[in-house]
Amino acid sequence: MTHSLVLLVVIPLIATPVCILLHKRLLIWPVVFTVSWITFYIACDLMLAVRDGGEIYYYLGSWAAPWGIEYRLDSLNALVAVIVSGVNALVISFARASIFQEIPEDRIYLFYCAYLLNLAGLLGVTVTGDVFNMFVFIEISSLSSYAMISLGKHRQALLAAYRYLIMGTIGATFILIGIGLLYAVTGTLNIPDLHTRLSAMETSRTVITAGAFLTVGITLKFALFPLHSWLPNAYTYAPSVVSAFLAGTTTKVFIYVLLRFLFSIFGTGNMFDIVSLDKVLMICALLAIYSGSISAIYQNNIKKMLAYSSIAQIGYIVLGISISSVAGLTAGIIHLFNHALMKTALFLCVACIVYRTGKVSLKSLGGIGKAMPWTMAAFVVAGLSMIGVPLTVGFISKWYLILSALNQEAWWLALAILTGSLITIIYVWRVVEAAWFRTPASELRSGKIREAPLSMLVPLWILVIANIYFGVDTGITAQMARQSAELLMGMP
Amino acid sequence: MEYLTGQYNYWVVIILMMIGFYIVISHGNLVKKLIGLNIFQVSVFILYISMAYVRGGTAPIDAAEYSLYASPLPHVLILTAIVVGVATTSLGLALVVRIYRAFGTIEESQLSHVEEDD
Repeated sequence: MTHSLVLLVVIPLIATPVCILLHKRLLIWPVVFTVSWITFYIACDLMLAVRDGGEIYYYLGSWAAPWGIEYRLDSLNALVAVIVSGVNALVISFARASIFQEIPEDRIYLFYCAYLLNLAGLLGVTVTGDVFNMFVFIEISSLSSYAMISLGKHRQALLAAYRYLIMGTIGATFILIGIGLLYAVTGTLNIPDLHTRLSAMETSRTVITAGAFLTVGITLKFALFPLHSWLPNAYTYAPSVVSAFLAGTTTKVFIYVLLRFLFSIFGTGNMFDIVSLDKVLMICALLAIYSGSISAIYQNNIKKMLAYSSIAQIGYIVLGISISSVAGLTAGIIHLFNHALMKTALFLCVACIVYRTGKVSLKSLGGIGKAMPWTMAAFVVAGLSMIGVPLTVGFISKWYLILSALNQEAWWLALAILTGSLITIIYVWRVVEAAWFRTPASELRSGKIREAPLSMLVPLWILVIANIYFGVDTGITAQMARQSAELLMGMP
Repeated sequence: MEYLTGQYNYWVVIILMMIGFYIVISHGNLVKKLIGLNIFQVSVFILYISMAYVRGGTAPIDAAEYSLYASPLPHVLILTAIVVGVATTSLGLALVVRIYRAFGTIEESQLSHVEEDD
């Protein structure tokens, strides 16, 4: 039995107290950096092992499932684990200078502790095969992200963190109620075991109620349209690096949790055919796409604009899921991966701008493209990717989404997706226009503002190149996504 | 009547849940919101504990004189959930302290005024 599956969670968890013991600001970053790249290596290694549709099990304490807690890896959560650890490794490589500047010196080591806990929590949610264990990891990652958001420089960060805490805890408690009801019906907490027992019995009202609580709780956690009110402020006022990390990982992991519950536990027969949850999700997704994109147009704060655009992009992912065919799920899962690439890149660009200028409003950034050409060029490429221009990952997502819509002969859905992309052009263009086509402000012309340091540009550009690479060579992502989709739809 | 008394625990759970949830939504005071959140969470703990209880059942001890067992698993799970709840409350209260220092108030209505000025 290989131990690497459990090491994925254990390594960041053990590194956390090590960080507290080290306490010295110069020593901590190398430790966190090493831990991050080790977890990324393990995740990639595991993904290659399950690439051909295999599964990896790990019984904690050698207690066989369903009695003990089981960690379980298939192609879906292998992909999510790679997304989380990959985004994390790049963000941490980027973070050093930005963190020094944005967080008070005596709190830096505490920040890195919260960060590692968050990573451990997210990876734990991803690999665990036990729903209660999942709840505990959800709370570990959520609690640490509230703490990280509250470290933002602006005093509004405190309010944003508080509101996220209230909403997040309500969501987590709903998840807990759902898990409790499921346990009352089946007497088990193991995911495959839950599925076998649920499909053997008739759908009772308790099961439906559990599904309702779980869906509301999980969608609250990843900010699907009517439940998204916590997200814009949380992303806007968090330290720049934290926004990049949360935008790239947290929402992705919770969408994965939704997929697990809806498909691997309840099965489409229960939730989609009886309650027609797919229709509800589709309406929410479309509203998310339009409300998110339109709100993004009116924002003057770039971070807030990107936060609203995240809501819209989450809409696209959920739209793919709600089509509930193999093609739709494939599109959703591909976009899950692709959105992590583009949104993290965009938030890292903003982090570069904040590092050099300290400003995030569109007005103060007129002509910044001339002072920081590499940063803004990265913004343009990642922005094009979000619009869905060919040769970028965004195009692949949109392509699969539209294809799956046309497969269902829902041409109006394809049209809605295209219109959504058109609105994306408007808000991306607003930044590009301000950065490249306006005359620089006097502060910028005096040459005080320089290009971001290399330690930030290299991780940023690795992400940007990944945006292009996975837009040209879709071999790995498409294969993993299709395999996961077939697995979720219960096809061999 | 049997329907009402037989499910007594569950009625309490639902009433507590609604009280807690209502406090979170309706009250403007940040500390009161946390109190509501706590009541909401506690109701779920009671739900789990009631679920596991079997009338006349004992702990699962393998001995000749006992045959009816209550499941200990939900109780163990709820111990974990209580710890999570305590952590959430303490983090929430810490945030409220810092909000009070930064804004000088913990009333939602006054905070929204400050927000417009920022």
